Amino acid sequence: MSTHKHWTIAAAADALGKGEVSALELTDQHIKAIEDNRVLNAFITESFDVARERAQASDARRAKGDVAGPMDGVPIAMKDLFCTEGVRTTAASHILENFVPRYESTVSGKLRDVGSVMLGKANLDEFAMGSANITSYFGSVKNPWTPAGANADLVPGGSSGGSVAAVSGGLAIAATGTDTGGSIRQPASFTGLVGMKPTYGRCSRWGVVAFASSLDQAGPIAHTVEDAAIMFEAMAGHDPKDSTSLDLPVPDCRAAVAAGAGGNAKGLRVGIPKEYTLDGMPADIQKLWDQGVTWLKDMGAEIKDVSLPHTKYALPTYYIVAPAEASSNLARYDGVRYGLRVPGASLDEMYELTRAEGFGDEVQRRIMIGTYVLSAGYYDAYYVKAQQVRTLIANDFKTVFNDVDVVLTPTAPSAAFAKGEKMDDPIAMYLNDVFTVPASLAGLPAISVPGGLDANGLPLGLQLISGVCQEETLFRAAALLEHAAGFTAKVGGTQ
Amino acid sequence: MSYLIEGRTGQWEVVVGLEVHAQVISNAKLFSGASTEFGKGPNENVSLVDAAMPGMLPVINEMAIEQAVRTGLGLRAQINRHSVFERKNYFYADLPQGYQISQFLHPIVGEGIVTLDLDGGESRDIGIERLHLEQDAGKSIHDRDPRRTMIDLNRSGVALMEIVSKPDIRTPEEAGAYLRKLRAIVRYLGTCDGNMEEGSMRADVNVSVRPLGEAELRTRVEVKNVNSIRFVMQAIEIEAERQVEAWEDGEEIVQETRLLDPSRGETRPMRSKEFAHDYRYFPDPDLLPVRLEEDYIAAIEKTLPELPDDKKARLIKDLGLSPYDASVLVADRETAAYFETAAEGRDAKQVANWLTTNLFGALNKRGVGIDESPVTAENLGALVGLIEDGTISSKIAKDVFEDMLETGKAPGAIVEEKGLKQITDTGAIEAIVDQVIADNPGQADEVRGGNEKAIGWFVGQVMKASQGKANPGQVNALLKQKLLG
Repeated sequence: MSTHKHWTIAAAADALGKGEVSALELTDQHIKAIEDNRVLNAFITESFDVARERAQASDARRAKGDVAGPMDGVPIAMKDLFCTEGVRTTAASHILENFVPRYESTVSGKLRDVGSVMLGKANLDEFAMGSANITSYFGSVKNPWTPAGANADLVPGGSSGGSVAAVSGGLAIAATGTDTGGSIRQPASFTGLVGMKPTYGRCSRWGVVAFASSLDQAGPIAHTVEDAAIMFEAMAGHDPKDSTSLDLPVPDCRAAVAAGAGGNAKGLRVGIPKEYTLDGMPADIQKLWDQGVTWLKDMGAEIKDVSLPHTKYALPTYYIVAPAEASSNLARYDGVRYGLRVPGASLDEMYELTRAEGFGDEVQRRIMIGTYVLSAGYYDAYYVKAQQVRTLIANDFKTVFNDVDVVLTPTAPSAAFAKGEKMDDPIAMYLNDVFTVPASLAGLPAISVPGGLDANGLPLGLQLISGVCQEETLFRAAALLEHAAGFTAKVGGTQ
Repeated sequence: MSYLIEGRTGQWEVVVGLEVHAQVISNAKLFSGASTEFGKGPNENVSLVDAAMPGMLPVINEMAIEQAVRTGLGLRAQINRHSVFERKNYFYADLPQGYQISQFLHPIVGEGIVTLDLDGGESRDIGIERLHLEQDAGKSIHDRDPRRTMIDLNRSGVALMEIVSKPDIRTPEEAGAYLRKLRAIVRYLGTCDGNMEEGSMRADVNVSVRPLGEAELRTRVEVKNVNSIRFVMQAIEIEAERQVEAWEDGEEIVQETRLLDPSRGETRPMRSKEFAHDYRYFPDPDLLPVRLEEDYIAAIEKTLPELPDDKKARLIKDLGLSPYDASVLVADRETAAYFETAAEGRDAKQVANWLTTNLFGALNKRGVGIDESPVTAENLGALVGLIEDGTISSKIAKDVFEDMLETGKAPGAIVEEKGLKQITDTGAIEAIVDQVIADNPGQADEVRGGNEKAIGWFVGQVMKASQGKANPGQVNALLKQKLLG
């Protein structure tokens, strides 16, 4: 791992503003870092020409005094689930291996419009289905972090594995992610980054390759809570092209971060849900969680024990709802209009051959689970029941948020694990999402903030969850936690 | 009216329900902004959403919702303030998403009524079970290439209303009357153009039979995608006969989907693969449930036009038309509008008569619709007006009408041009009468001798001499006066 500077968005904006660096220089630095670190396999498609073009345009804007905002000229990685006009978009799947959209997703378009520079399309689990970024057709992603004194390759988490590898490895200043059951928060936790999932509906899903429509939500991955807030504000906003998009103004989260940055937690009520204590949870995780409680308490927050009684049903509920929607969402990849087609003697055979070759094992597994739970005779027992439980889980949170402002939990039940672990056992893999899935099912905003390192020197994250549309509260609490944790560890050097 | 099938074992009753797919009149598709214009080249009306490109999302076209509500109100149906779009999942090459967005458990419109106008002015109510909105699929074209199938997505995503009747229909004629009435209603409302030839209305026909008097319904068979009223009636006849025969032969009718082959006069089962689907319906997570406010529904209700049933009642009550004439005149919006324009300030019964006998006959002969009639409504009204005020006789009017058909001219102009104005001047008529009597002394004596019936011959002669223009009443009176004193 080469040593180079880790920029934050805020620092880059400052340096760009003072003329200490140009957008093109910043971009070239990161292009160099990408070229030097291809071993991470963080990108599926590099878009350096697009990046340099946008960087030059940014510099030209700045020269005219026409800066689009704090992200103008900031090089970022785009998860390869966002359709990008003229730049190949694969969803890490063989079936879309050569798909070049002629449209730009709303979120990537917003980021382009505020001047950010897309370096390339970040690797991910195929169709965002996975928790270790090992299901990508384009190969697994390597976590830039390595355990102290060992030489094992670790997974970066998933599904936004390429995004977190790019940011933590210094290949991009920030990255987009998408989170269906934890795909932003868990990989952020595995790589010492801040990863935020907004309230369902804050970020438009238009142009984002769909996994599970009622859960998918785009969000930022960055080094700091402030960066996450800057990027969230750039990504969010009502989009009439997405019927589930919230028609509400984007809250001023940077102000909320500033409010928390001073370390004053007065008035903040923090709930600690007892159901998040798991049997066999690593001691380091419990320790960090306890530490998080102490930090917030010491800064003046009020700590309350709360109960989210249906938590234990969240994971099975998620693994019914998400595959059900996925089985239907992925039906369009049929070899007829675009993407991979494997010819067959009949239409049905063409479907079978195309989808058998085009989809990897995990995607096929989820399509089958989803098809099963929606089938006649099983629909009521699985899908309808799961939706009912989902309502109960959402109600649990509603009740709790009558008494507290945020809920504090670990982000993931472990630190980053070695590639090869849990790979033969899908259930063990699914358990990675046990702490992140409930907020997804309830559509709540949640954020993972790096809390510290475990005994092996690997980063661990703490998760904060707030009520629907309470992103300001969430960011304030996250800033407090960041302030207290003072987490500055970076791969290959410090900022 | 009854329609019973005489079987070997006795009489059988036919039970029919219709599912009509009616294309919503709207400039855009149900969930995309793409155009719905008919007759465009293949794949010219296709948006990214219609082609189901990755990441594309449906957004409901509010016009389609409004049209469905309007239709529901026209069917005197319950409008559901909460309805849900669901996905009907199946694979087919012309179904880009791999699912059709439709409504299943919660349709936008519930139960309603269609009143049939039957022969002899009778009427009968057929229940509507529901109306829901759904997307149309694209079109697979198999005959352009020996090995490949072409796909045209112009129709993909076009908004359809599926209007489901209760199994209240008992005869092929009722099915025909139902479709005609439904078509009239949607045309009055402007929610569907009702063009079966262009495919904007198609029907799935559910048919079962049962021995007369049996209360339970027997297994039904669905004859799919029938695209004319005549074929719907034919499908019912053929399918009912087949089922009666099968039951009487001790066979079991299986619930299945069949296709009508009109040229062979039979229905055939579709390949089992084509209907053995488990559609895995579930609410579409890309769309929110549709919630309608009372005010919204009330506002639409205010804009409804007078519908055929109300118009018919008014024509009978206010204008004194017979139920039969009234139902013929209201059967489609254009005819009704034509009639009402023509009848403005005229003798409505006479206008109705001219319209239903003379004009319809002439248009039929020419094979054109009322919207292409060479005789405008105003001119037909004027013609009746000329008869009413005695300007021309009914007989002359027939000639004028022929002229109007040919030239499209106003009747007044024709009468003027050709000097067809009725002679009502007593002196002028008297001169002709005198002349005819003088020319025919023998016949005159006969009348004077008591054969009063021969006076009719004189009337004819006078009319002839006046080229039909003399007022027949006046002629009659003068002849009587002169011959019989």
